[in-house]
Amino acid sequence: MGNSVLLIEDEPNIIEAISFLLERDGWTVRLHTEGVGAVEAVAAANPDVVVLDVMLPGRSGFDILRELRQGAAPADLPVLMLTARGQTKDRELAESYGVSGFMTKPFSNAEMLQTVRDLAEGRPPSGS
Amino acid sequence: MVTFNILVTVALVYVAALFAVAFYADRSAKKGRTKWLRSPLTYTLSLSVYCTAWTFYGAVGNAARSGLEYLTIYLGPTLVFLGFWVLLRKLVRIGRAERITSIADLISSRYGKSTALAVLVTCLAVTGTTPYIALQLQSVTLSFAAFVPSEAGGNLADLNSTALWVAAGLAVFTILFGTRNLDANERHHGVVTAIAVEAIVKLVALLAVGIFVVWGVSGGLSDTLQIIEASPVAEWRPDAGRWVGMTFLSAAAIICLPRMFQVMVVENEDERHLTVASWAFPLYLMLMSLFVLPIAVVGLAVLPEGANPDLFVLTLPLALDQELLAMLAFLGGFSSATSMVIVAAIALSTMVSNHIVLPLWLSMQGPKATVSGDVRNVMILSRRISIGAVLALGYAYFRVTGGTAALSSIGLVSFAGVAQIVPALLGGIYWRGATRRGALAGLIVGFVIWGYTLFVPAIGLLPDSLMQNGLFAMSWLRPQALFGLVGLDPLVHSIFWSMALNSVAFLAVSLVTFPSPIERLQGAAFVNVFSRGESGAGYVGGVAETEDLLVMAQRLLGAREAQTLFQQSAKDQGKLGYLPDPTPEFVSTLERELAGSVGAATAHAMVRQIDGNAAVSVQDLLAVADESAQMLEYSSQLEDKSRELEQTARQLRDANDKLTALSVQKDAFLSQVSHELRTPMTSIRSFSEFLMEGGMKAPDRKRYSKIIHDESIRLTRLLDDLLDLSFLESGQAAMNDQTASLHDVLDRAVSSAGASKGAMTVRRNPADEQIELRTDTDRLSQVFINLISNAQKYCDAQAPTLDISVSEKQGQVDIDFVDNGSGIPQSQQSIIFEKFARLSDHSSAGSAGLGLAICREVMARLGGTVSYLPGQGGAAFRVSLPRRRVAEAA
Repeated sequence: MGNSVLLIEDEPNIIEAISFLLERDGWTVRLHTEGVGAVEAVAAANPDVVVLDVMLPGRSGFDILRELRQGAAPADLPVLMLTARGQTKDRELAESYGVSGFMTKPFSNAEMLQTVRDLAEGRPPSGS
Repeated sequence: MVTFNILVTVALVYVAALFAVAFYADRSAKKGRTKWLRSPLTYTLSLSVYCTAWTFYGAVGNAARSGLEYLTIYLGPTLVFLGFWVLLRKLVRIGRAERITSIADLISSRYGKSTALAVLVTCLAVTGTTPYIALQLQSVTLSFAAFVPSEAGGNLADLNSTALWVAAGLAVFTILFGTRNLDANERHHGVVTAIAVEAIVKLVALLAVGIFVVWGVSGGLSDTLQIIEASPVAEWRPDAGRWVGMTFLSAAAIICLPRMFQVMVVENEDERHLTVASWAFPLYLMLMSLFVLPIAVVGLAVLPEGANPDLFVLTLPLALDQELLAMLAFLGGFSSATSMVIVAAIALSTMVSNHIVLPLWLSMQGPKATVSGDVRNVMILSRRISIGAVLALGYAYFRVTGGTAALSSIGLVSFAGVAQIVPALLGGIYWRGATRRGALAGLIVGFVIWGYTLFVPAIGLLPDSLMQNGLFAMSWLRPQALFGLVGLDPLVHSIFWSMALNSVAFLAVSLVTFPSPIERLQGAAFVNVFSRGESGAGYVGGVAETEDLLVMAQRLLGAREAQTLFQQSAKDQGKLGYLPDPTPEFVSTLERELAGSVGAATAHAMVRQIDGNAAVSVQDLLAVADESAQMLEYSSQLEDKSRELEQTARQLRDANDKLTALSVQKDAFLSQVSHELRTPMTSIRSFSEFLMEGGMKAPDRKRYSKIIHDESIRLTRLLDDLLDLSFLESGQAAMNDQTASLHDVLDRAVSSAGASKGAMTVRRNPADEQIELRTDTDRLSQVFINLISNAQKYCDAQAPTLDISVSEKQGQVDIDFVDNGSGIPQSQQSIIFEKFARLSDHSSAGSAGLGLAICREVMARLGGTVSYLPGQGGAAFRVSLPRRRVAEAA
């Protein structure tokens, strides 16, 4: 399929799980494991979808999202945010910054896969 | 031969001359020509009212009987005047500043306008002065008698009627010139001038007699001195007690005698006059006393045995056929008597009228009195009646006790009476702590003792049995040997007890009672009179102006209310517009309205200030000040209250801030916990879904199963840590103290952490570790394990090494854990003990970041600390604790 995903996440086991899930579905998964330099990684990788964790070492996922939406990346680049904090105000904040999809950990593999597919094809995420 | 009729004629002419002088002076004063009236000389001469007939005649008599003792009567005033700036200046300043009208007014005014004090002092003054007035009348009668000894027998009635006529004449004079004007200053130019003239007459008379005696009779100074040497007077030895006592009495009298207070303070025109009087008056007294001794000794030598020495001044020239000189001496004595009676009558009538008659009249009239304009007439009438009454009392006293020897000592008795005012007076103007109750107590005690030990015995009212055996036959209550104090001169005895107990009562009661606001205010005004400006020349009342009243009322009531009130009042009077006539009804209505907003006294004073029926009195202003003081006190209480409220509000705000901060912390904590729980759960859920799908290669399956297993353990440990931390933080975790060697505790920790088998080298110095601890060793071991595990996890050196070193100082044990890794960046050293402060490196994950937070809690419970040691090369932690744990209060 040739579609690519940039995964920005710091938790090794979660990286392994998401990589396994997406690669098995034919995605090219690139990885960035900290907040610092994430925006540049997006620009360099030019992915179809970005999966972004909120709590990252060095820089918060919200900051990265805001910078991406302020012109560091194409305006229509789909960004899926993941959070483990489970607070509604996080979702509201992400939406105010222009997030494309928002998921709370733990997620189901099927839901994750469907959301990435939807975002890549320009559809609004059907789940969550 | 001078006949009785000639004498009467001379006296009448003299009195007529006095009337003329007083009249002329009053008229000059009214026309504003007061230059010589206001001279310090006139002031000084008027002070000579101190020298009464008693001094004029009696000093010679006293010298003939008791030698130099008569000098004490001059010594006391001389001392007071020479040191005038100490006391007199202050008295005069207060008198002028506070518009004092009498000694009673001064005392009452100082102690919060106390009516009781005013009445008490007035009574004291009347009691002490009445016999004194009688004494003057008697001296006049006796001097008449001295001229006409041959006609004695049949003329007693004439003599008594002489006294009556003299009293009546003085009453007329005093009423005419003493109550002509009622200005607030109570100054009487006519009277003062007449007194000054009389001062010259008596001085000239006494000097003339003295010069005649020394140079005309004895033949010069040296001869006179020889006669003095030869006389029994030379044998006289002073009685120290009487000497001191009488000097004190005369000093007190010059201040407290009502007539002295009148001329010295009330009639004072200018404070600077005191400077002149301070030397001129002692000079006058010295001249008065100059020839007393010669006249006495020559009289004793020349006159027949049994002649009354009190009349030597008169009888000596008579015996030597110097009738003109005798006439002059008679006039001198007469003038001494009349000036005393006139001034005393004015002073006493002021007191009686102001403090007894007027208050009574006002209370009988009710509230209407102050509004109507006839107060002034009532005051003048009451003043006149009081003068008549005072003189009538003196005359009656003279008639009742007349001719008895008891009168001769009444001068000193009177002095001792007014001296009772001294403690309250001095205390009042020098001590702010003096209170009304203190003054009352002192005065009453002094008055009673004086009356019992001196006054009543002196006028012979006590039966002999009481004098001998004491009241109720109790010997310690004998009037002249109180409390068993025997052998003293009765006068000294009385002075001693009355003054001592008076002062003690005054001081003691002042100390235990608390002054009212107005007393405090007055106390400050009196004591600090010199620190006040010279302002307040006095308000001059104007004619009522309704418009002014409206302006004031608008300020106090608000424009609309004031206008409505005025309009309504005008309508009631049948007038249009807003300006009713200032009738008494309207003014009192207005006062009532104003009182609602500013208090009754203030309203009264303000309305009267504009209304102009009377000038604002000191009393009004003080009442205002009193109210203001109370308001101030009230408002300061309010201030206290609002400060309290503010404090409470601040505490509430702080508490709220703390709660908010706690709640923010709690939110952050819950959010952290959520993150820490959800992260392993995410892996577990994801990988178990993969496993459930099946069809996985064996190595993958095994690997994913291990992830699930590890993350489950991580979850469990997190839960354990969370529970342990909240257990510690809540203070519920009990510490179980055990005794153990630090070496053993470290051994156990190193092996539990698995450090002994791992890649890391642990270096220790067992010799230092032989310290016996009494603490919760399990908890301490938990801390050690945490620190060792952290070193194992995070030490990034090629050959990781952990140095554990121990030192002890004054019962405090330090255990340092230093590894050889790269350490913790300075920016993060301060947060590592916070919950979930896990550093960004996840390479050796597995801890939720609660370990150090738990260590900190544990060490706090053990009475110690755990801290990061910077600058040790690698990561370094110091655990510090007391060898013996101090049990917690809980």
